[in-house]
This record gives sequence, C-alpha cells and structure tokens, in this order.
Amino acid sequence: MDFDLSEEQTMLKDSVERLLKDQYGFEARGKYRAGDTGFSEKMWNQYAELGLLALPFAEEDGGIGGGATETMIVMEAFGKALILEPFFASVILAGGVLRHAGNGEQKSALIPGIADGSLTMALACAEPQGRYDLFDVETSARKNGDGWVIDGKKALVLHGDSVGKLIVSARTSGGARDEDGISLFIVDAGADGVSRHGYPTQDGLRAAEITLQSVKVGADALIGSEGSAWPVISRVADEAVAALCAEAVGCFEKMHELTLEYLKTRSQFGTTIGSFQALQHRAVDMFVELEQSRSMTMYASMLATGDDAVERARAVSAAKVQIGESAKIIGREAIQLHGGVGMTMEYAIGHYFKRTTMIDILFGDANHHLKRLAQMDGLIREDA
Amino acid sequence: MDLRFTEDELAFRDEVRTFFREALPPSIRENIVAGHHTSKEELVTWTRILHDKGWAVPHWPVEHGGTGWSPIKQYIYLEEMSQTPAPAPLAFGVNMVGPVIYTFGNEAQKSRFLPRIASLEDWWCQGFSEPGSGSDLASLKTRAVRDGDEYVVNGQKTWTTLAQYADWIFCLVRTDPDARKQSGISFLLIDMKSPGITVRPIQTIDGGVEVNEVFFDDVRVPVENLVGEENKGWNYAKFLLGNERVNIARVGVSKERIRRIKELAAQQRVGGERMIDQAEFREKVAAVEVRLKALEMTQLRVLAGEAKREKGTQDPASSILKIKGSEIQQATTELLMDVVGPYAMPYIPEDEIDGRNEPSIGPDWASTIAPAYFNTRKVSIYGGSNEIQKNIIAKAILGL
Repeated sequence: MDFDLSEEQTMLKDSVERLLKDQYGFEARGKYRAGDTGFSEKMWNQYAELGLLALPFAEEDGGIGGGATETMIVMEAFGKALILEPFFASVILAGGVLRHAGNGEQKSALIPGIADGSLTMALACAEPQGRYDLFDVETSARKNGDGWVIDGKKALVLHGDSVGKLIVSARTSGGARDEDGISLFIVDAGADGVSRHGYPTQDGLRAAEITLQSVKVGADALIGSEGSAWPVISRVADEAVAALCAEAVGCFEKMHELTLEYLKTRSQFGTTIGSFQALQHRAVDMFVELEQSRSMTMYASMLATGDDAVERARAVSAAKVQIGESAKIIGREAIQLHGGVGMTMEYAIGHYFKRTTMIDILFGDANHHLKRLAQMDGLIREDA
Repeated sequence: MDLRFTEDELAFRDEVRTFFREALPPSIRENIVAGHHTSKEELVTWTRILHDKGWAVPHWPVEHGGTGWSPIKQYIYLEEMSQTPAPAPLAFGVNMVGPVIYTFGNEAQKSRFLPRIASLEDWWCQGFSEPGSGSDLASLKTRAVRDGDEYVVNGQKTWTTLAQYADWIFCLVRTDPDARKQSGISFLLIDMKSPGITVRPIQTIDGGVEVNEVFFDDVRVPVENLVGEENKGWNYAKFLLGNERVNIARVGVSKERIRRIKELAAQQRVGGERMIDQAEFREKVAAVEVRLKALEMTQLRVLAGEAKREKGTQDPASSILKIKGSEIQQATTELLMDVVGPYAMPYIPEDEIDGRNEPSIGPDWASTIAPAYFNTRKVSIYGGSNEIQKNIIAKAILGL
C-alpha cells in the first residue's frame, strides 16, 4: 500500500498548480467567464501545451497514457482554481466514451483534436425526464439506409453550446428505461436538426438543452455495437464521478484555506474571530470533512478504473455520498464563518460553495448514490 | 500511488486470519458476538496464546518482544483480530505503559516490567484522571512527597478502567507543587497491593462496573519506580496519549459490528418484511459504511506515511481518527438499537445472563444492545474528549 505520488506525478501536480496560480486568480476567472464561450481559449491552449488534454488517452491513440491518479491530480488542481474550461466535458466524458468504445477510425479522427485542444466535445447522455438515471433514454435512433436518424431531447449537456461535436445516447431498441437497447452516436454540433439552447449554470459554467430533430448521421457515427452502450455509459459515468470527487476536494481545500485566512484576519470584539472556540470547532469540522473526502476520493479513483463493474459502482457511489455530504457541511460552515461577505459575489468563497453544490448534483447526488450503494448491499458484506 | 495491499500483505492477512480463527477458544468468541464483556480469565487466556505465538506486542521494539512488522501489517493484525472477533489486548499495558517504559524507563524497569506486560502476568491500569482534573488533566493534585528512598503518595484517581483486576497502576503525581502546572508532574509505577490503596467501583449507566475510583492514603512507593526524571512526567504522558494512533479509530470493531447489524436485521421482521430488505434501513446502514470506509482510508494514509515521517511528528490527518472513529462507533450502536426495537427494554444485569435458567425475554441477543448503546457514549469522552481533540486540531494544525 502506497499513497505517495511518483516523481512524474509530482511534477505534473506542480506544473498544473503553478500555471493556475499564475494565471487563474479569482479576478482573471471573472474576465474569462465574460467571454463568448464562457471560458478562456488562451488557458485551454495552455492546458493542451502542458499535455493535460492528452492525459488519459493511450499513447497509440495520440495520448499520454495517464491513469486515474493523474486525472485525480489535475481535477484537484482545477477544483482549487475553479476553472471554467470544458476539460471534464471534452476529455473526461466524451474522451472517456471514445477511449472505452471508439473504434480505430473514430479514435484517430477525434482524439488528436481533443488532445491538442482544437476540438471540444460534449456527452449528451441525460434527458429531462430521466433525472439521474442515464438509462432512461427516450431519444430514438432509427435505421436510415446505411445510417441513422435521431430524434429527441438531451438535458444539461455540459458545455453543449460551445463544443464542436456531441456524443448522443439514443434508443435503438427496448423500452424507455431498459438498460439494453441504448446506442451512442457522434453528431456534429452544427448538423441540420440540432438546436442548442445554451445557458449559464449556477456555478458560472455553461450547459445546454439540446433538441435533435430528424438528425441524420452515417453508419460510421455509431460508437461500439448497436444497443449495447449501457456498460460504456455507466463506466464513463463512474470514472466521471471519481474525477468530480477530485475536483471537489480541490474546492474544499481552497474553501478551508480561505476560511482560515478570514478567521485569522477578521477582527471583532477587539480580537481575531479565530480565537473564539465556537468558530474554531466549526473550522475543525471543515478540516475533518476535507480529509475524509480526500481519503474517499483516493479510494474511488483507485477502483473507478477497475473492470469489476459492481465493485467499481460501490466505491464510486460511496465516494459521491461522502463528497455530497461534505459539500453541504464545508459549504455551510465556510459561508457562515465568513459572515455577510460570504454572501457576496465579489468574494471567492461563495463561488466555491456554488461549484461544490453543483458537483453534488452532477451524475447523481448523495441521495441517489446512497440508494445505489444500499441496493448493492453496501461496502461491508460477508464476502468483503 | 497504489492503495491495494501488496501480495506480501495479503499473504500476511491470510496467515493472521487463519491463526486467529483456529487459536481463539470458541467460547471467548461467542461471548464477544453475544455482546458480553470479556472476563479477566478470557483475556489472560487469549494473551497467553498470542504470547506463545510471539505476537503479543507486535509494535514493540524487537529486543522487547516486537515482531518488526510494518505499520500496515500491525494494522492488518489488529483489524483481523477485531473482526475474528477476538478480545483486544489490554491497552493499559501493551499500548500505554509498555512504550513509556521502553522509551523512558531504565534498564532495571525494562527487564522487570516489560516481559510481564507482554504476557499479561501483570495487569496494568491507568491513574491519570482525578475528580477535579478531567479535560484539564495537568491540574491534577495527587501528591507524591519524597521521604528517603520512597515517595509517599496521597490523593485520588478516578475513571480507572478495570482497576479491580489490576496488579499495577501507572500514575501521574504532583512532585513539585510550586512549579507551573505541567512542570511539577512525575510518572510513577505503583503496586496495587501497596498498603493504603483502596479501590471503589463506579457503576456506569449501562449497569456495568468497568471503572473505579482509586484512593491513595500514605502509600509508600520505592523511588526506583519513578519513570525517567522527576517532574518530567507530563512529557511522558503526552507521548503516551499521542501513541495510540494505530488502532484508535477502531475500524475493525465497527466493521464487525456492521456485519452483526446486517445479520440481525435479516432476522427481524418489520411490517411483514425483513428489516434488512427495507430501503430506508439499508440506506441508514450504508451511510455509516461510507463514513467508515473514509475513516479506514484516512487511517491507512496515516499509517503508510508513518515510516517516512520524522520521528515525533504526526500526520495532521491522524488527529481526526479519534473524532470520526468515536462518532462511527456510536452510530453503530444507534443502528443496533434500531434493529432490536422494543426488546431493547428489559434490563437483565450481565452477571445474571449466563447463569439464567429462565427463558430469555425477547431474542436472546437483545439484552446487551441497550447497555452497549449507553456504554458507547464514553468513546467520545475518554482519551481526551472530542471537544478537546478539536481544540488540539484548531491550535496545532489550523494555527488558530
């Protein structure tokens, strides 16, 4: 058992953190957000130069061959800086589908573009009626000669309004909530029949509701085999949750740090408020949650890339429960300890609170994952 | 980073698991499963078995009987022991006074006391708390006055766990009443058979008698029983209190209890279905399992880093083990109360359970559940209450 980072991993961590420290301050973030896409093209290119966008892809596909630990390192650093760029949407989600299920042609057509930053992609796998159930797919894909015609609505597509291509889940057979019969298709975001309604999310990022009306794609748009996309989607979703947990840990670290700074500088009753025991204990509660979240994120990252789907799902759900609960505790304490200024847009702390609240929601909140874990008999069983 | 056990660690786990299962007398195991306290005879029997195997004090230096295992292996050993479940070794000897003696004691003390601690020939208890000195331990008043080659000890200790069985007590005593309060304290080893010692049991809310008051009335203690230097006892006490990192979280105990909860919930019927099949109950249990897994990973992070840390420094994460560990232990006893339901009510004193001729009232396991729930409130109080732990974290780690 070894919790240390390798030399290369330490270098990766240092270089990402340095870049963000130099160029991703809270004020810079505000400027990046005001641009057309809602993020910084300049930073995006720098991530590409550092190799971050190529990180999880295999070397033979034009990537760097990083694993779960590398993803965790980068997501944690991104969490600390509260970045706006579509790394999660393009590299983790869409990239994850391509890694696990793309054929040779699809990989060579798309991965180099994702890796060098020239192509961004989004995964459109949720629907308005489905809540957190990604197998709840009403969007349909019907055979049309060699190709397919897709009709339906996709919900909360992260960065869906700015990306160049989409990966869309659609039903090719079965009932609306069957795990079988779901297929994945590559769709040009600008294709005829695709309409995208983009909007800002609570945390300052972007998403889109996407309607597909008789959208025609070729046979080469199908990822994997027809009707059997569910294992791919659930695997990518599990990896995505592990990545989100790491991002949350980065946010939590920063929230804890900002709150401590405030406690040590804010003066009332003639002394710094950090000298009051009632406030000290709340700061300790934040620290405890941070460390427990960090532990669970390591655990989930380790198991999220495993091949045993049930073991993976248990670990990932457990971690997401921890992160969701910690997000509530750390968020409420951070705002409370900041007092009035914690309520203002001009202070950073509230923005972290909003992002971690959205992270709880993304790919299933704590309630959803607690149910899922309980249905799988929990973590402690006779056989474990 | 690789969070899996190595092949070597897995083989070790299998080895200790097999040994514990085969070597532990079944009656001792059954008693623990049933929720009863382990008797003195049972603990002595089990310790002797471990001692014969060479495993009684794995974490001690090899020259004093330790095994030289890595911190992770020591953790696996304790985990497997609590999940057997087997009784935990007597902490007052092997985890508390033993390390103080081999770290600060003289050669005579080492050769006199350490072998008898390891084999449990001597049963030790802890004389720290006093009626007026709980969280503010350094305010303690028990006096030791030098008189020739002896100290004369007067005062009172309290919350002395299992003092009724003890051969020896290690005590913090005040040797310099004029010094600043931490500076006038010494660490004395006192024979419980000494004239002038009186032990009075304290019954706790669960009905059991685990803790005692210990009175010292002109008790004469040879000067050779002073550990280290006079008036330096507070340093040794801090060492002792900071030393219990390996198993303070009691992860194995809580895991074993969750298995038991699931087993019992499969036997209970609620509204026509098994309790274990009720979604709401399963989710309550799963929520505790998540917190426990996080604690286990935190524990392992601390242990894996231990070998690489400078001696005497602690991983900041280690400070949360006591807080979270105690909260989770309490949560498991709350779940047990949920499982047992109305038959938590009958009160049957533990010493009457074994010899009972009458049929049990309710399920035969039910009578120990409420006492365990009441008794487990102690875990967030002893060893430095959770509020004291938070004060320590705020000061030492957060810099507040």
